[in-house]
Amino acid sequence: MKMELIVALIPLMPLLGFLVLGAGFRTIPRKITAWVGPGVILASLILALVLFFSNGKNTGPTEYHFFTWISAGELRIPLGFLIDPLSLLMIFVVTGVGFIIHVYSVGYMKDDPGFNRFFAFMNLFVFSMLLLVMGNNYPVMFIGWEGVGLCSYLLIGFWFRNQEYNNAAKKAFIMNRIGDLGFLLGMFLLFTTFHTLDYHGVFSQARSLQPGDSTLLAITLLLFVGAVGKSAQIPLYTWLPDAMAGPTPVSALIHAATMVTAGVYMVARSNILYILSPVTMTIIAVVALATILLAASIAVFQKDIKKILAYSTISQLGYMFLALSVGAFSGAMFHLTTHAFFKALLFLGAGSVIHALGGEQDIRKMGGLRKALPVTWLTFLTGTVAISGIPPLSGFFSKDEILMKTFGSSSLLWLFAWLGALLTAFYMFRMFYLVFGNQFRGTTRPDHPLHESPLTMTLPLIVLAFLSFAGGALNMPGLFGGNQLLEHFLAPVFSRSSPALQGELPISHATEWLLTGITLAGVLLMIFWAWRRYVVKGKGLLTDETRRPFWVRIVAEKYRIDELYDFLLVKPSLWLSRFLHDVVELRIIDRMVNGIGQAAIRTGNLLRYIQTGNVGFYLFVMVLGVILIMFFNILI
Amino acid sequence: MSTLSSVPIDYYLVFCSLLFCLGVIGVLIKRNALVILMSVELMINSINLLLAAFSAYTNDPAGQIFVFFIMVVAAAEVAIGLAIIVLIYRTTGSIDINVLNKLKW
Amino acid sequence: MLTLVLLLFPLALLLILLFFREVKTLRVLAFTGTLAELALAIAAFVQYKTSCHCNLLFSFDWLDTLGVSLKFGMDGITLLLVMLTALLVPIIVFSTFSHHYSSPASFYSLILLMEMALIGVFTAFDGLVFYIFWEMALIPAWFICALWGGNNRIRITFKFFIYTFAGSILMLVALIYLYFKTPLPHAFDFQALYAAALTPAEQTWIFLAFFLAFAIKIPVFPFHTWQPDTYTESPAAGSMLLAGIMLKMGLFGMIRWMIPICSQSIRQWGDMAIILAITGIVYASLIALRQNDLKRLIAWSSIAHAGLMAAALLVMNLKASQGAMIQMVAHGINITGLFLITDLIQRRAGTRNISDLGGIALRAPRLAAFFMVILLGSIALPLTNGFVGEFLMLLGIFEYNALYAAIAGLTMIFGAVYMLWMYQRVMLGKTQPATEGFQDLTLAEMGMLLPLVILIFWMGCYPSFFLDIPFPDVQQILYFVK
Repeated sequence: MKMELIVALIPLMPLLGFLVLGAGFRTIPRKITAWVGPGVILASLILALVLFFSNGKNTGPTEYHFFTWISAGELRIPLGFLIDPLSLLMIFVVTGVGFIIHVYSVGYMKDDPGFNRFFAFMNLFVFSMLLLVMGNNYPVMFIGWEGVGLCSYLLIGFWFRNQEYNNAAKKAFIMNRIGDLGFLLGMFLLFTTFHTLDYHGVFSQARSLQPGDSTLLAITLLLFVGAVGKSAQIPLYTWLPDAMAGPTPVSALIHAATMVTAGVYMVARSNILYILSPVTMTIIAVVALATILLAASIAVFQKDIKKILAYSTISQLGYMFLALSVGAFSGAMFHLTTHAFFKALLFLGAGSVIHALGGEQDIRKMGGLRKALPVTWLTFLTGTVAISGIPPLSGFFSKDEILMKTFGSSSLLWLFAWLGALLTAFYMFRMFYLVFGNQFRGTTRPDHPLHESPLTMTLPLIVLAFLSFAGGALNMPGLFGGNQLLEHFLAPVFSRSSPALQGELPISHATEWLLTGITLAGVLLMIFWAWRRYVVKGKGLLTDETRRPFWVRIVAEKYRIDELYDFLLVKPSLWLSRFLHDVVELRIIDRMVNGIGQAAIRTGNLLRYIQTGNVGFYLFVMVLGVILIMFFNILI
Repeated sequence: MSTLSSVPIDYYLVFCSLLFCLGVIGVLIKRNALVILMSVELMINSINLLLAAFSAYTNDPAGQIFVFFIMVVAAAEVAIGLAIIVLIYRTTGSIDINVLNKLKW
Repeated sequence: MLTLVLLLFPLALLLILLFFREVKTLRVLAFTGTLAELALAIAAFVQYKTSCHCNLLFSFDWLDTLGVSLKFGMDGITLLLVMLTALLVPIIVFSTFSHHYSSPASFYSLILLMEMALIGVFTAFDGLVFYIFWEMALIPAWFICALWGGNNRIRITFKFFIYTFAGSILMLVALIYLYFKTPLPHAFDFQALYAAALTPAEQTWIFLAFFLAFAIKIPVFPFHTWQPDTYTESPAAGSMLLAGIMLKMGLFGMIRWMIPICSQSIRQWGDMAIILAITGIVYASLIALRQNDLKRLIAWSSIAHAGLMAAALLVMNLKASQGAMIQMVAHGINITGLFLITDLIQRRAGTRNISDLGGIALRAPRLAAFFMVILLGSIALPLTNGFVGEFLMLLGIFEYNALYAAIAGLTMIFGAVYMLWMYQRVMLGKTQPATEGFQDLTLAEMGMLLPLVILIFWMGCYPSFFLDIPFPDVQQILYFVK
């Protein structure tokens, strides 16, 4: 009973925060909000810790069933939670990183008139995200799935006076909805196949299916469509860069650390289904690789600090999917965790920079910020090094593991993934040098001098920097003498799908060292190149963009994918809308309906000519009628 | 009574039909409302006569009773009809039925 | 007996209203009266126990020789809809307080007459009585639109009346034909009609007649052309009555009368009807994208939602039907909420042209919050009322035909597009001249919207309460169909 209460309270605390702050968003003083907002998340985090430690050695899955949410016929969807290593890990990521970002927001949003509203939405987001990761069946996951989409919508369009931001918010919600429809249909197919939507029921039945089952293929593909939307993979990624319209803590929490990883979580959760459909896995691998390279190449040319990070997020999510596609589920979860640390750190660092510059986001107008923002500089550097994959920072270990597993599956996949890693190092250091290296190129307003951020903002940076630095210890690979804590912790969740993975070639330690060496050498080379280009030569700042070669322009313009979608989808549907209304509705259907009415009028118009008004005629017709009736009477 | 029944029924039939047709023709070709009314009366009377003839022929007095009823009703009808015609004359100054085409179309 | 009281109470109240002239008295009377009706409906809910057609039954032999009896009663489906009616009417009456309608006595009487007719439609257990109330509901609806509506009202209400009336006449013909096919002695009682012996061809004709009648009322594409105009031109209260409750008459008719009687033909020909309904979903959603009039946009969205409900009923499985049941209530609540908010905006800004609005959230954050919640309900976000229904309906349709479900599911995407775009242009952005001095919600208005919002979440979070009410009866009908 007590456990149940704790489990229930974990998501309920943020909900409570939302309700309190939402109900009193005009009356509650900021001071209280500043405590309540992060406080409820901290409470959840503490509860999760209590849950974790009181479980002791028992890491087996425990289900908590609260009430039946929807029931019709044999369909019975309980509102229940599943606590197992995977959901625990996600709870810690969500509440842990969430709490840090909430604290940061207290400083970042200090002067915003929508302070209370902001924290209300953030709390609602954490609530939804917790539902997503804690549910013990797909529909409960879907509650969270759509709930985080809503919060994302609300927070991207947080400054709703600006219609550009609102467009971005709407775009995010709609692209997510497209994915959600796939998810929904996937659930329907799951239900018609297995007659249940509980993880337990589905997975235990799925185990008995043959690999390559066509229904499973359809299910996994449909679910993956949902993941593509939520985790911003090709073709549904274009919303994420636009989503940077939201306040920076939102980008850090929702669009880097947690929500966008929901797709990864979902696939990892459904690992048994995916392992049994190799075709889907291949498709995921292709999509993931394409996303990694596309997003990374776009990031190289971006000028907006947050957009670079957004494309980087897309690319890193690609790595997670790549890991999933080769069956390295715990590797994906590991990268998810470290990515949550260093990407949140980078976003918050970017936020600190933007804050210091009074809202400037263009990296061409930055530079030389090292002296003015020492804490931000150091923490940002930690994040950059971590994401680039340099030992002993966390990103190195997680990315290395993914690369290894990829190599074990196919060396071609590895090659592309390796290219992506090089690009990552390049664009990250390009940004880093442009922001912090050389001299300051922008202008500061006299009333707003360059200044380091307050403690509420720097402290979270430091904590996250520490986590990014040491996060690798969570799952130190055996190669470096680690004990792979996370992998062992998560093993029970993925144990069912591991027998299916037996066929893979084990990689020898020598090969591993070699591959690591190659990667590292490439990354260092890239960093050196970036340093030479942007620090020594000071290039790439204000070059004449029209003189670039065509292919560079295309990449710099994000391959014009947005324009393509606008041309292929948005314009046609608006055109279709007008066509249906003006032509089909008004000219065809409505005209037919009115035509029936007019036909009656026309018939009346014809028949009224019988009414000559001539009494003699009437009498004649009457007599004629009588005669006719008599005649027919005789005839019949 | 004997005179009536001594004449064969066929004669009555032919005579009444002719009389009725005369009435019909009168109704159809005349434009004077008064004459039309009279023609209608002629039709009614031809029927009355036929009723009386059949009554005698079948020795059933019901037919003759009907004739009385019809005469009473016809008298009332004529009274109303004449009244209408008088009204028509007062409003239009004519009893030509072709003037009465206000309900045209 | 309680059913009869429920039915006659609005009538009695209506007669009392006719003796008063004072607007205030009329308002108080109408409002408290409809609240009392709501209390009666709740009492009926409390008394209602199991599912047999003996619940709260009232029967009186009316036309003995014809086999017509005034038979009213309740089953789960009826109960749900009666509760919806009884709940929405007080809110609608309350929403009219800020308007100044000419001849208020007639206005409120007509609303009450409408309530009575609707309850009659839902509770009638006799085919002919059902038909009589069905037509009776049209009369006040027509008067409300034609007397207090917008500029084009005469032409549009005329079309509305003739169109729906034509449909009803077909239904009457079908009912009479069925009557002669009932076992001797002929009767209009619904159980007698269910037992009518029909050849397949006859059944198909009956199905066509019923379907046309209900499809026009709901309305299902392509019989919808009266609807956007009528919703737009009606006064706010009229739109709410039409969309919130009257639309459900058609859906109710489908499950109560059409499906049990024509199940064979639906199996055979239902696909056509389902395809029409699903086409309508996409068609209406697409058209809603470009509407500039708030009310018209909501009207089109209603066609899309109604199409989904009709399709769900026609696939005749338990999940879809249960989904349609809860969606009927959810749609009633959401669309009433949307029209209420449209009315509030129109009264404050003086226009409901989307292009003239904007930035209302800056001036009226409370309104923005309420609007957002209702909007989320109507785009079926989980934990709001719209989701449960759409989930069950789409799942049921999916079991019938996966492709239909995929196409019908587009409503999720399009619904989000047109609703959010509308919200963005109306509520967000910078203020426009029309919205510069926009007032936030008053306490009374919040009180009016609050029950709807509570229901949106209640139905979304704990739908079992609502799903359990009609469940045995839906199950019984579907069992009977098999």
